[in-house]
Amino acid sequence: MPLLLVAPLLIYMLVFYAVPVISMLMRSVNEPTWTLANYAALADDPVFLKTFSITLNTAFIVTLATLLLGYPVALGLARAKTMAPLILIVILLPFWTSVLVRSYAWMVLLGRHGLINEALLAAGLIERPIRLLNTTLATEIAMTHILLPYMILPIANALRQIDPSLERAASGLGATPLKTFVQVILPLSMPGVAAGVLLVFVLSLGFYITPAMVGGPRDITLSMLIAQSVDQLNWAYAATLAAVLLATALALIAAAQRLPGVGNAFKVSMR
Amino acid sequence: MSARRFLPATVVGLILLFLALPIVVVGVVSFSSATYLTFPPPAFGLNWYAAYFGSADWLRPTWLSIWVAACVVVLSTFLGTLASLGIARLPRPLRVMATGLILSPLIVPVIVVAIGVYYSFSRYGLIGTPIAMVLAHTCLAVPFVVTSVSASLAGIDPRLEQAALGLGATPGGTFWQVTLPLIRPGVLVGALFAFITSFDELVVSLFLSGSGAITLPRRMWDDLRFQIEPTIAAVSTLTIVLTAALLFGAHLLRKRVELNRTATSSAAAP
Repeated sequence: MPLLLVAPLLIYMLVFYAVPVISMLMRSVNEPTWTLANYAALADDPVFLKTFSITLNTAFIVTLATLLLGYPVALGLARAKTMAPLILIVILLPFWTSVLVRSYAWMVLLGRHGLINEALLAAGLIERPIRLLNTTLATEIAMTHILLPYMILPIANALRQIDPSLERAASGLGATPLKTFVQVILPLSMPGVAAGVLLVFVLSLGFYITPAMVGGPRDITLSMLIAQSVDQLNWAYAATLAAVLLATALALIAAAQRLPGVGNAFKVSMR
Repeated sequence: MSARRFLPATVVGLILLFLALPIVVVGVVSFSSATYLTFPPPAFGLNWYAAYFGSADWLRPTWLSIWVAACVVVLSTFLGTLASLGIARLPRPLRVMATGLILSPLIVPVIVVAIGVYYSFSRYGLIGTPIAMVLAHTCLAVPFVVTSVSASLAGIDPRLEQAALGLGATPGGTFWQVTLPLIRPGVLVGALFAFITSFDELVVSLFLSGSGAITLPRRMWDDLRFQIEPTIAAVSTLTIVLTAALLFGAHLLRKRVELNRTATSSAAAP
């Protein structure tokens, strides 16, 4: 009986999602006969190696930036009482605004006549508008903005689950607020941090729209290279790259699920 | 306020400003009278909203996006709610596999899904049809329905269903008269998120829309490739307002889920 309820969705997902994706991925190993040559070729394919390193590098920088910006906000959100709904709105509205609209917003902000250039000109810090849009930095800023909520929400969730009496006990025993934070709060929030880091890193690996819109001409991400190969009808290459991207994302998640507490924190943050 | 508290509050405030500012700036620019993108606007006007509402080139994609999202809502809410009812009662290995498949679109990079469906759908001549978009978007939307409905199912006191069955209700009657009213807010929240997911989706649409099924995000994308004129700001602002309204609706529904929960648990208490 329970299976009968789940079966329609399972069949739907198999027919319109799993089978299409898998049969596309098969193109990487079955041309002209069964072979792993496409994967072996990646090892000395300069285009792939460059793209893959740009993708990983961007993911790394964005993860670091969201962690540094996200932790204080998560702490503020977990501690806030009357302000909490307002903070949550400021986090959730961008979260549910489309990536396209948010990338466009950064085009407006970073453009030649955008807010940032105009502000810098008005402050006399620069004499001519500087090039901000279509740079690597623009991609990193916009992606940090887009992925920040994915860092904040799991960390805030972990912080909220910490028993407040622990903090009182620490300060009662003479710990300074800083010491309480470093020795009590920070270690207990680690499952949330790990979930946030994992989520942001994995999601940044697949970014396509944002780097294409605001990034520099040479910042080709793996997703962009995949789309390009499909446009050139180079299906074997596109499928190979897609398999590498997918395997990287799944391997990271599988590895992180083994860390204590992360599995649960991850599930909560997927909501 | 002491310095020790003021400093962290300022830091948090600045980061929240970083989150909110881009959205606010788009809103302000959309009311600009300038014909090019500049901030702050030299003067204000409704030119760009007039340009949007006066152009079939913009309205046609808008209606298509709404239409596709509506079909996605119906399909994903139906399939997702049905699955949520059964999934918790599946035997363990099957449950883990089913959950993995159903939730996987949340982590599989969307470009992989996009070229996968493009590759397979093109063999059946589905590229450039709204049907292709509905079929693919539903896969991306279903995880939000399943997580939302599963969460509200988990909050139901099982004694309520047992009581209904014990008092002679049929399983079907129990579902319609007890379970469904209790999970309705969760179903609606899932439906709202399904709508937003489809309405805003671009990567899959880029591959599936061809030349025959241009959705609103695809139309915006095409425009941005060639020029950045403020019509996009007006369209963006409208979609932000729509998203905010739907989120607010979801928030109210979530409140009702919590109220239901406290009401049922206090009613069930001896």
